[in-house]
Amino acid sequence: MHGRVKVKSTAQQEEEKRKEREKKLKIYIAARDGCFTKRKEGVFDDEALQLTQQLLSSNPDFATLWNYRREILMHLETVKEVDEVQKIYEAELLFLESCLKVNPKSYGSWHHRSWVSARLPRPDWARELSLCDRCLSLDDRNFHCWDYRRMVVKMFNVPVDQELKFTDRLIGSNFSNYSSWHYRSTLLPLLHTTASELPPMQAESPKSNRVCEEQLLKEYELVQNAFFTDPNDQSAWFYYRWLLGRELEEMISCLHVSREEEQVAVVFSRPVNVQSGCLLLVLDGQPHAVEWKSIHPRFKHSPVWICNLPPGTISEISNEHNLTVHWTEKHSRKDCTLFTGHAESWCQDSATDQELFRSELSVEKNSVLQSELQSVQQLQELEPLNKWCLLTLILLMRALDPLSYEKEMLAHFQTLKEVDSMRSAYYSDLCSKFMIENTILKMEYAEVRVFSVSDKNLSTLCHLDQLVLVTHINLSCNQLLCLPPQFAMLRCLEVLEADNNSIGNLEGLYHLPKLEAVILKDNKIATLADLEPLTSCPRLKRLDLRGNPVTQLANVESELAKLLPSVLDLLL
Amino acid sequence: MCFYSKREYLIVIFDHISVVAAACSRVGQRVLHLDRRSYYAANWASFTFNGLLSWIQQQQVSETQDWCDLLEEGEELIQLSSQSSIRNLQVFTYTSKEDEVEEASADSVNTTEEEQHGPGETRCAVGSERLSQEVSRTHHSLQHMEIPAEGFCSLNISPIFQSQATITEGAEPEAEQPQSPAIPSQSEPSRKKISFAQLEKEGRRFNIDLVSKLMYSRGSLVELLIKSNVSRYAEFKKVSRILTYRNGEVEQVPCTRADVFASRQLSVVEKRKLMRFLTSCIEEKDDQSAYNGRPYLEFLRDQKLGENLQHFLLYSIAMVTEDTPTEVGLASTRNFLRCLGRYGNTPFLFPLYGLGEIPQCFCRMCAVFGGIYCLRHSLRCLLLDTATNRCKAVIDSRGQRISCSHVLLEENYVHERKNVATPPRFLSRAVLITDSSLHGSDSEQEVSMVTIPPITEGAPAVKMVELSSSTMTCMSGTYLVHLNCSSVSSAYQDLSPLITTMFSTPESHDQGRPSVLWCLYFNMEDGSAMEVEGHDLPSNVYVCSGPDGELGHEHAITQAELIFHKILPEEDFCPPAPNPEDILYDGGSAPSSGPEEEPSLQLEVEGLDSDWNTVFLFF
Repeated sequence: MHGRVKVKSTAQQEEEKRKEREKKLKIYIAARDGCFTKRKEGVFDDEALQLTQQLLSSNPDFATLWNYRREILMHLETVKEVDEVQKIYEAELLFLESCLKVNPKSYGSWHHRSWVSARLPRPDWARELSLCDRCLSLDDRNFHCWDYRRMVVKMFNVPVDQELKFTDRLIGSNFSNYSSWHYRSTLLPLLHTTASELPPMQAESPKSNRVCEEQLLKEYELVQNAFFTDPNDQSAWFYYRWLLGRELEEMISCLHVSREEEQVAVVFSRPVNVQSGCLLLVLDGQPHAVEWKSIHPRFKHSPVWICNLPPGTISEISNEHNLTVHWTEKHSRKDCTLFTGHAESWCQDSATDQELFRSELSVEKNSVLQSELQSVQQLQELEPLNKWCLLTLILLMRALDPLSYEKEMLAHFQTLKEVDSMRSAYYSDLCSKFMIENTILKMEYAEVRVFSVSDKNLSTLCHLDQLVLVTHINLSCNQLLCLPPQFAMLRCLEVLEADNNSIGNLEGLYHLPKLEAVILKDNKIATLADLEPLTSCPRLKRLDLRGNPVTQLANVESELAKLLPSVLDLLL
Repeated sequence: MCFYSKREYLIVIFDHISVVAAACSRVGQRVLHLDRRSYYAANWASFTFNGLLSWIQQQQVSETQDWCDLLEEGEELIQLSSQSSIRNLQVFTYTSKEDEVEEASADSVNTTEEEQHGPGETRCAVGSERLSQEVSRTHHSLQHMEIPAEGFCSLNISPIFQSQATITEGAEPEAEQPQSPAIPSQSEPSRKKISFAQLEKEGRRFNIDLVSKLMYSRGSLVELLIKSNVSRYAEFKKVSRILTYRNGEVEQVPCTRADVFASRQLSVVEKRKLMRFLTSCIEEKDDQSAYNGRPYLEFLRDQKLGENLQHFLLYSIAMVTEDTPTEVGLASTRNFLRCLGRYGNTPFLFPLYGLGEIPQCFCRMCAVFGGIYCLRHSLRCLLLDTATNRCKAVIDSRGQRISCSHVLLEENYVHERKNVATPPRFLSRAVLITDSSLHGSDSEQEVSMVTIPPITEGAPAVKMVELSSSTMTCMSGTYLVHLNCSSVSSAYQDLSPLITTMFSTPESHDQGRPSVLWCLYFNMEDGSAMEVEGHDLPSNVYVCSGPDGELGHEHAITQAELIFHKILPEEDFCPPAPNPEDILYDGGSAPSSGPEEEPSLQLEVEGLDSDWNTVFLFF
């Protein structure tokens, strides 16, 4: 039609583009080969700098070229004046900025930048910091830039509160950015330490790396604004859990000594790897060189470690013995006296006193937790099906009073499993954990060594390190699939009732010195091999295997008699 | 005879209808674009400060002549009026004339539709009978006025201005400046103010729009700019925040996740309720349709959101009034939400250098594809072929006949031909230059949309846009504030009470608020009320209305597309313009078509008629 502008067809454009690309490729390959030759010949001249610059500005991810460039620059450092070197490196920084524009996530460019910044005779850290600001405003999740920023902050000694304000700004523009929240969590403890340096008494307090309460209340407000605005955003919830959390002190929480087995068991507050020499046993004032073993060969790290004393050391019942264990690394110790006529003795910190099961939740004052609970309950009324909210609610309830909130906790778990069915197994395990914690607390209140959690829908066993002293355990009518290796921590166990589960694995019944009776009625034990671990329990006399597939095997009775000769009372 | 009159034009377009012009030109139509003004885009235009001052003076009318001698056999004439759609101009200067502090610095210059009467001209405040049918001829300024010729609106003083109208003799600095009795003299010279002289000196820093609009970031204008590649001719600034006026205070409206999170005025529960409401109303639901026909306010009340949120949602997000039906309110809310986050934290964009840039961009597109522009070139009448009832040609203000196949006119030209005389609706506009922002923040460069619910019963809801100098529409240190609402009475009556309460003027005496340095009020005819049909016009003459009162550009763009498809039913509306490197030229040197053809035309012009300095070609 008349008057129309004629435009190239797509095919024509494609063809032109292809030709353009071919031309570029030729130039690129020629330059690359040129660089490689020069490097081989050990040439460190300006031309090489130019060539690598050309190549890197179109492909900043070429690590070999960055290396060559560094070699050239290091060579130039030796032959040029400081002012000239400064100029060369400043030009390098400018060039790097153009590379970062091509690919803001190029490993090579960022690495080279920190290398250059560190070598610059007179670095301009303020400029580097503003570069980070700019990059992070374009992409607040660029982890290269976060790393670089941390380096700049360290070199430039940027005050903590200034960095905290920076995170305020980033969170203000996008609170779904976990990088900013996380950075905040690394800054807050620092902020407090610097403040507490003035009164030296406080600095010595064991909780000095905690965030001070005033700041903490501000943080609660900030993070609540985030999860009320968008309760489906997990970054705020994670940060909230960090705020509510606390670090467990590392120490020895229990020491148990058994006269008959001449065995000592040490329980730590968290799994440790006891290296030779770091755990010192002193018996009646005399240090003893002993070999410490974890409770199961599967564990390099374990909360429970045992050692056998040389035969005859404490076996005489009429003797009294004083035992001390030092954990030299953490300056923790435990003493215990084995009195005359006693077969065993122990010294244990109670879980209740330590508030061990306030899960990860904090040591904050009850009033603070109570008001947090109210806020989250308010949100839960508005968003009854929000999983983050429900989960946090459960944690807060547990932090406040695990026993009296038990019923509500179970109801919330039920809702959680329904609204987030993809993770229902996770919730079952978590709920099991909490039910076990509650049972331990109840057991402590009752001052007994009997642990009973029957019919509580347990799907997993945990906190077994807290059950070292238990003699009777009742796990019947749950959904357990196995007795895990950790079960070997129950050093004093005599009777195990675990009927009506789905147990097919007895790995944890390993070298339990006192175990006499095992009730495994109606479980999933299928083969004789599954029963193999029981052979390590010297005192086993009674075994109930009714309702297990293994009873259907031919010659099972005689096979079992061969396998477990000590068992006198066998029910099949 | 000028060069263009010899040619046969496919389309002749008058005044501001630049989008249609660009669209037609783009698909190869020969477009002639005449404008009686000395600037582009009519009521869509932007002016420098000084430009606006002369525009205020130029609001004038001209006479009708008889063009029958240009008729050919079987033709008849349709006279075109050229009545202005601007009324009730009033100007107030609240800053000193000169840099030094004068004692009586408040000037009031009320200017309305000036008549030029030679040297020693008289300015007079004139209302329109369109606005008020009551006629008062007692005002002494009338003695200087002619009753206009037939076909023009007669000018009358409306009673509205009896109290406000002041006659000042001459605008020249040396002329005496009588003090307005209505305005008390200003007595606080302590605050260092920008003087009027400075405003004039820095006048070119201003780009003051006659319309007050924003661009919805997913609105049809933005989509059209992108689709057609016209966007390459302009740059835009994000509107950075939404404010509202409530209980005598200016507050920021939280409308994005980040805003809600950071808001200090909302409780956490309100935050949740707001977010939940906004998320839920994106989708249409059954429980919403139950409210169809009932007021949106009722729907909001039933959501139990509380007073705060109700205000934000009704006035600032939906931008509707209390009696707007629910379905309209929800649609408006959805539109707002749809536009959020595409470019920034509000749904709006604003073009750098003002809204007047947009029609100019389309003019440029039109010119690039061969359209011809003539400014200061009015149109007198249409020539009609009586046999076919089609317009064959037009006669311009210089008495030349231009043949054409389609004619596109602004509604004002044919206003008198309307079959049913519906009274026109008006918009009340005010333009303020102030010295600080209504709502302080860390940045001095905020661009704010301010929603103001009716301050009293029956008063209009006002939309205000506050532009900082970063938009290139005002000098640094000042803010340009546009107010816009549907007229209830004159612009001054509609808007001055609000301005007095929100800003510091000599009337208000409150120094805590931004001071108004200069202020202009006027009424403009509301384009959405104009009828583009029913003018009893030839089938190839199309009518297009002026700017409407809505915040967005939907009305204008929809209309442009509609007209384009009437003219060229088979063609694509504004297909993407090709990149220059993709254009093919025959034989390498001479371009086959397009803009490069026109330079030869210019030569032709020079050879034929050296008088033609008004021909503007855009390359």
